[in-house]
Amino acid sequence: MADAQLHKKLVLTNAFRCLECGKCTATCPISRYNGSYSPRRLIGRMISQDPANVALDPAVWTCLTCGLCNTRCPSDVKYSILTKELRAEAARLQNLPTITHGGALQATMRLHATSEQPQDRMGWVTDDLKVAEKGEWGYFVGCLPYYEAFFSDIDANPIKIAQSVVRVLNELGIEPVVMKDERCCGHDLLWGGDVKTFKMLAERNVKMIRETGVKKILTACPECYRTLEVDYREVVGKLGFEVIYITEFLADVSAQLAEKMGEIKQTVSYQDPCRLGRQMGIYDSPRKMLNIVPGLEFKEQAKHGVGAICCGTSSWQNCDATSKRIQTDRLLGAKAVGADTLVTSCPKCYIHFKCALQGESIPEDQKVEVKDLIVILAEALNGKK
Amino acid sequence: MATETKAEFKPKILVFACNWCSYAGADNAGVNRMQYPPDIRVIRTMCSGRVSPGHVIDAFRMGADGVLWSGCHFGDCHYIFGNYEAEKNYKKLEQMLKLMGVDHRRFRLEWVSAAEGNKWAALIKEFVEDIKAAGPSPHKQNGTKPVELPVI
Ligand code: SF4
Ligand code: SF4
Ligand code: FES
Repeated sequence: MADAQLHKKLVLTNAFRCLECGKCTATCPISRYNGSYSPRRLIGRMISQDPANVALDPAVWTCLTCGLCNTRCPSDVKYSILTKELRAEAARLQNLPTITHGGALQATMRLHATSEQPQDRMGWVTDDLKVAEKGEWGYFVGCLPYYEAFFSDIDANPIKIAQSVVRVLNELGIEPVVMKDERCCGHDLLWGGDVKTFKMLAERNVKMIRETGVKKILTACPECYRTLEVDYREVVGKLGFEVIYITEFLADVSAQLAEKMGEIKQTVSYQDPCRLGRQMGIYDSPRKMLNIVPGLEFKEQAKHGVGAICCGTSSWQNCDATSKRIQTDRLLGAKAVGADTLVTSCPKCYIHFKCALQGESIPEDQKVEVKDLIVILAEALNGKK
Repeated sequence: MATETKAEFKPKILVFACNWCSYAGADNAGVNRMQYPPDIRVIRTMCSGRVSPGHVIDAFRMGADGVLWSGCHFGDCHYIFGNYEAEKNYKKLEQMLKLMGVDHRRFRLEWVSAAEGNKWAALIKEFVEDIKAAGPSPHKQNGTKPVELPVI
């Protein structure tokens, strides 16, 4: 990226308006535990020196891109977006992130971008689930089949999320189109600075979705949702189909679902995923869906909605002691308000929390269950049968 | 390449061999002048536990027709539990590659000790045969348009 382009990004994200008030650092969940990390200082350096210097700093990879600081900034500096842009430059300069899981997930995404071989990813569609090849409604599954395989050792079964989506849609008489050869949405590569591979995935997926002829595509992953809705448009322009987050759709037909639900005796709290909440502004529909489940008691934590704290890791990068402390805090926070289950609607929050529940960092009597929202809805529907 | 036929197909096979057993096993085969096909490229790792599923997946993207992951027998790992880790990760890899549509003949996990030069030679012969039967890998990134990806 030429310097002029980087300068433009600084302008677009309001960086030059920074007052150096330090609210971003004060609110940042990373800075809370890692005193050497300061978004204020990084912004300061970017606008007072050559921003390319900052692109060479490993700290560009420390941010969770959770966007909490954006909401507190009196000058409307969009630090998380600036980080995304800066990372593309960082990766170009070979300042690369620490990738978790030995890079297996990023390697998978890259193979998705380049391999011409069709995948064999439909094994999760069990006989009781009805999906279609043509129709008005599509369901973008995301990497769930891969997570199911890769996270087989943390007792998570993320594929239940995809199965529950189809289960709930079937209840409403919808047989969603599920693409046999859908590729990764590319979110993690984009936020990891690999814009080139991201574009390949974007073009591939958009072409594939258009070919199915669906008018509306549902997703149950906030990252897929943001990526399709916001970042794909930047690559391909007009999409030619609508992207809808699952709870937004379900909230409109909630009465129809509510009468078919059996009781679930649980006290739950909700984790706002940062992509869904602060980035896409969806706070109400997940809560509305939890409220229709008979028997379910809802407890809000102090830090929720716009002020919610991220689950501690993003884009399969940089999982460290700070991530673990943030995750532990969130889980204990749910327990503290009297919940026995922390509900999230992001497969990654779900996996991160499941991982944090392994081991002994949280005493047994302080542990809560972690569940995906859509899985609870499917369980309530099954409860009635 | 369009002109490449199965008969003249020279596979590119990547082998990860741990320093303490499998690599020494390959040396043993050499010292004893055992013959095996020259289609493999060996990467020496300190332990089979150092290899990640990501390395294997990347190898397929970068043009490998087959990948062999090899270490010490259980109980013999120089770092005690490295090969147990390798086995655990290999099981995940197996499922991931199945989802990606990679032919199961193309990847393998094997234990070869420093004394098993004969086992090494036989294993490579067999693996090369398997890969030749499977043919050129369809997973290589398109050679005419190389993708510059940041390495991990
Ligand atoms: S909160 Fe905004 S104005 Fe204050 S230091 Fe951070 S970026 Fe600058
Ligand atoms: S986006 Fe989140 S993690 Fe990044 S600097 Fe802001 S508050 Fe901290
Ligand atoms: S040293 Fe050979 S497998 Fe660990």
